[in-house]
Amino acid sequence: MSEAAIMDHPHEAGDREVVIEVRDLVTHYGPREILHSVSLEVYAGETLVIMGGSGSGKTTLLNTLLGLVRPTSGYVRLLGQDLNNIDGVARTKLRQKMGVAFQGGALFTSMNVLQNIMLPLREHTKLDDTTMQIMARLKMEVVNLSGFDDLMPAELSGGMIKRAAFARAIVMDPRVLFCDEPSAGLDPVVASAIDDLIIDLRDAMGMSIVVVTHELESAFKIADRICVLDQGNILMAGTVDEVKASDNERIQNLLNRRTEEEILDPDEYLRRLTAAKD
Amino acid sequence: MTDRVSNTLERVGRAAIAGVAEVGFGAVLMAQSVVWAFLGSKRGQPVRISMIFERCMEVGIAAVPIVTLMSITIGMMLAIQGIYTLATFGAEQQVTIGVGISVVREFGPLITGILIAGRTGSSLAARIGTMRINQEVDALEVMGVDPVRFLVTPALIAMLIMVPVLTFWADLIMLAGAGWYISVELGMSMGAYVDNLTEIIVVDDVLHGLGKSVLFGLLITLVGVINGALVEGGAEGVGRMTTRSVVLAISAIIITDMIFAFIATR
Repeated sequence: MSEAAIMDHPHEAGDREVVIEVRDLVTHYGPREILHSVSLEVYAGETLVIMGGSGSGKTTLLNTLLGLVRPTSGYVRLLGQDLNNIDGVARTKLRQKMGVAFQGGALFTSMNVLQNIMLPLREHTKLDDTTMQIMARLKMEVVNLSGFDDLMPAELSGGMIKRAAFARAIVMDPRVLFCDEPSAGLDPVVASAIDDLIIDLRDAMGMSIVVVTHELESAFKIADRICVLDQGNILMAGTVDEVKASDNERIQNLLNRRTEEEILDPDEYLRRLTAAKD
Repeated sequence: MTDRVSNTLERVGRAAIAGVAEVGFGAVLMAQSVVWAFLGSKRGQPVRISMIFERCMEVGIAAVPIVTLMSITIGMMLAIQGIYTLATFGAEQQVTIGVGISVVREFGPLITGILIAGRTGSSLAARIGTMRINQEVDALEVMGVDPVRFLVTPALIAMLIMVPVLTFWADLIMLAGAGWYISVELGMSMGAYVDNLTEIIVVDDVLHGLGKSVLFGLLITLVGVINGALVEGGAEGVGRMTTRSVVLAISAIIITDMIFAFIATR
């Protein structure tokens, strides 16, 4: 299929439309290789959870999917288009079809909640202020944040920041929603409410959702499929039951919160302790 | 020994490369800002007048009290020193010449530049650095809002307008402060002082000062933005780069001032 045809029609695997296609992705930070030839797909209308421990490369994978980190090789196609190989205007248009809820919210501290949520509308549409306010308030209703228009980000609780970030991420009705650690740092009740919100967004708005998390409970609750990342490699991608039933030792360690036992070489240990600092 | 030499050379080399990269980054930022300012509307992302106005208020209007206070003080200080020095030759009446020329050519732009570097340059570095750490810059990027167009261009335009305006204001206040002291100390009337000034100061002197102030505005903005964009490592990183921004901006202003004066007086 030609490049132009791919761009117009995101390809389909079986009868399911692929909205994100990642092939042989290699990413470096300086000389260090973080992702080693990662490949995965996200299908339309599904919630894919990228799960892994600290240092597994999940944040780097998310940043590469978002186009914030350029891959060394391989590609990411979002709705059929390679974010790293399209011109400025096309990239801006493509970005309008994706929404991102960052871990810390990334709300603009100089703007109140309503202004934050209205920002994508203000920047990408020619709607009048009243219409933008109505649209923003509708999304605030969706995330259960109505009535908090005038509060500044510093006045919000952790859960409210996440909700506001979700409202801003969905205000343009994106096709794909990315969430970075949506329930991290929240108490169990609020975390569960955020999980419900993600499920509602998928069901009610038909969005494809990519969630990066290390919270097992949350992952099992919201995921249609889980992709387990470990040391920059995908160990497996499958349904919740498939992942739970996996006999891979590293996956079981992650699921059972067991730490890897380090096999210690006495010489290596001594060398590490006595190594001179640069 | 050889190791130490090669380590030192490596460090110097790395610092030199980082310095060149920063200058290059500054040039790219400036070029992108100009492109957004002129072609933003065509690309469907105009630089908003309201944001420029907001920055102008922050950079210019909010700085008026401190610029006024410093200007009146420095004007009086120049008059005090001028009269004291000229008294040696019994030429106190000539103080107006020294004060008039030095204020509009040097002290007005330099003091305003240093104040704005400390006030606005630091806040620009801190703001962009904090936004980077809080992923607000990433949020802009993934929203399809170019961070240069949204954050840098309005600040740059505001600085290019407001630093010369503040400099002109500082010139007037410094001259007024000096005039007040001279009139009290030497018994010269304000009318005679103003007449003296209009004879001495020519338009070229004022333009010399204002021309420099435009360059200072550009330098302060670029140094602030570059340092903000290079912030790493949380709150400590923000503090470190904010301090670096002020030190570099003031140094750049003083060096540029000397080069500008040298070239303009050839």
